[in-house]
Amino acid sequence: MIGAMSLKKRLAKLAASRSLRRGLISVALFFVLWELSARLKIPVVGAIPAPTEVLACLGRELVSAYYWRSWGVSLARILAGFAIAQVLGVPLGLLLGFSRKAREIIFPIIEIMRPVPPLAWVPVSVIFWPSAEMSMIFVTFLGAFFTVVLNIVEGVAAIDVRFLRAAASLGSSRRDVFWRIMLPASLPSVLVGMTVGMGVTWCVVVAAEMIATNTGLGFMTWRGYVAGEFPMIVVGMLSIGLAGYLSSGLIRRIGLHFTPWLKGQ
Amino acid sequence: MAGDAKGGRLEARGLGQTYRLESGATREVLRDFNLTLEPGTLTALIGPSGCGKSVLINLLAGYETPTAGEIFLDGRKVVGPGPDRLVVFQETALFPWLTAFENVAYGPKIRGELKGPELTRAVMELLRLVGLDEFRDKYPAQLSGGMQRRAELARALINRPKATLLDEPFRGLDALTRSLMRDYYLNLFENRRGTQFFVTAELDEGLLLADRLVIATNLPAQVKKILKIDLPRPRSDEIRAAPEYLALKSEALELLHEEAMKSFKTGALTAADFVGAYAALN
Repeated sequence: MIGAMSLKKRLAKLAASRSLRRGLISVALFFVLWELSARLKIPVVGAIPAPTEVLACLGRELVSAYYWRSWGVSLARILAGFAIAQVLGVPLGLLLGFSRKAREIIFPIIEIMRPVPPLAWVPVSVIFWPSAEMSMIFVTFLGAFFTVVLNIVEGVAAIDVRFLRAAASLGSSRRDVFWRIMLPASLPSVLVGMTVGMGVTWCVVVAAEMIATNTGLGFMTWRGYVAGEFPMIVVGMLSIGLAGYLSSGLIRRIGLHFTPWLKGQ
Repeated sequence: MAGDAKGGRLEARGLGQTYRLESGATREVLRDFNLTLEPGTLTALIGPSGCGKSVLINLLAGYETPTAGEIFLDGRKVVGPGPDRLVVFQETALFPWLTAFENVAYGPKIRGELKGPELTRAVMELLRLVGLDEFRDKYPAQLSGGMQRRAELARALINRPKATLLDEPFRGLDALTRSLMRDYYLNLFENRRGTQFFVTAELDEGLLLADRLVIATNLPAQVKKILKIDLPRPRSDEIRAAPEYLALKSEALELLHEEAMKSFKTGALTAADFVGAYAALN
């Protein structure tokens, strides 16, 4: 009973908030205009299926095994590519950040590779890797890898010299400086790299799935186009957007757990 | 503890620091700088920003190597940073990822000097002394500017450094907090009595705190004159109206004015700085 009361109160408070009301009105208006433009067959925008059609399609898909399998397959690719990017990218980023020698030797190679968009790697990786699955994980990995490495290198470079000086004065060994100062000081930029990298990963996997395979959310969307099922395309788009949003949010949430000092800033 | 608070004679002998700029030109910041900080005394150095004060701190702390001269602590030449000469930085250099307690505990903990309940007791004693015992679990970003500076003082003093080097530690605080910080700082100084070197751009701060006030010249900085501040302690704000205080102040202002005019004539890079600071002192 008490729980219900507080929920009611919270809802009332939410409804009273002006910004929420404005947001809701704007979203509602958006859907109304969208529906109208589809019904009235307004040129260009009218070609997009109406929200009611999309909703009907979504209802069908939510109970279809194919839809959820597509989610699972894409998520597995993301997870694999992203995890490998962290395992290799975080230590490499830290090494490049801390060792000038390593930076001078390795950084030029990275600078050559980095401007090549991950998707430009698709043909070569399809040839290179024995299975489509591996090539897809590889391009996903590339998408996150450079973002992670560069963010960490910048984060380490931006460490306030006074922290290092204070640490040295207080009697820190090189080991202490690494583990107790440089690592925590660069953690926020590691997390920024991860969050941005996660976003890039979704861009890459969706495009790669459209090109190189016949599974996953990207392919599902593409199939909607090929089969002329236009509401399906929009369902695919929304699903991909939601997936990217959820995974970035999850990373941020986990990150905040490891950087409690950034809370409330 | 790192060192007993006894001793702590920190000497700069013929210190010089010249930087080679990227343009190939050189910039001499310190030339033949001689200064002895006596054990258990509080020496303040006054000068406008850009007159090499921070460079002097960096040399004494061992963060930079001088291009000429040497530094001695109790007759022993010092090279590199160490817990016997601790710096309290401009603004704050508390580690943002550690709580107030963890920041203060950092030095004795990593040197393995204290642990467990002994460490906790020592840290809490210091935090109480600076009025932060109730904020032990707050991160620096959750503390006000004045509280951060107090935590910073505690982090240095728990190591019982032979010399504490303070680089404009209260810069950027409002006037009221600044005067409170002075009280806290003097209280700590009375309590621990290590050698103190306090760099400031505010003449009143120097006069209210110091046993001796060092006035530096323009770049390249040298010691222009050392004024002995023989005012009774504890010094309250009312002392500012005392004739002895005013006499010292006008003497210091005259010396600073001389330097300001000199740099103005030679068109030195810091001339505008110096004149500006001089105007602020008045």
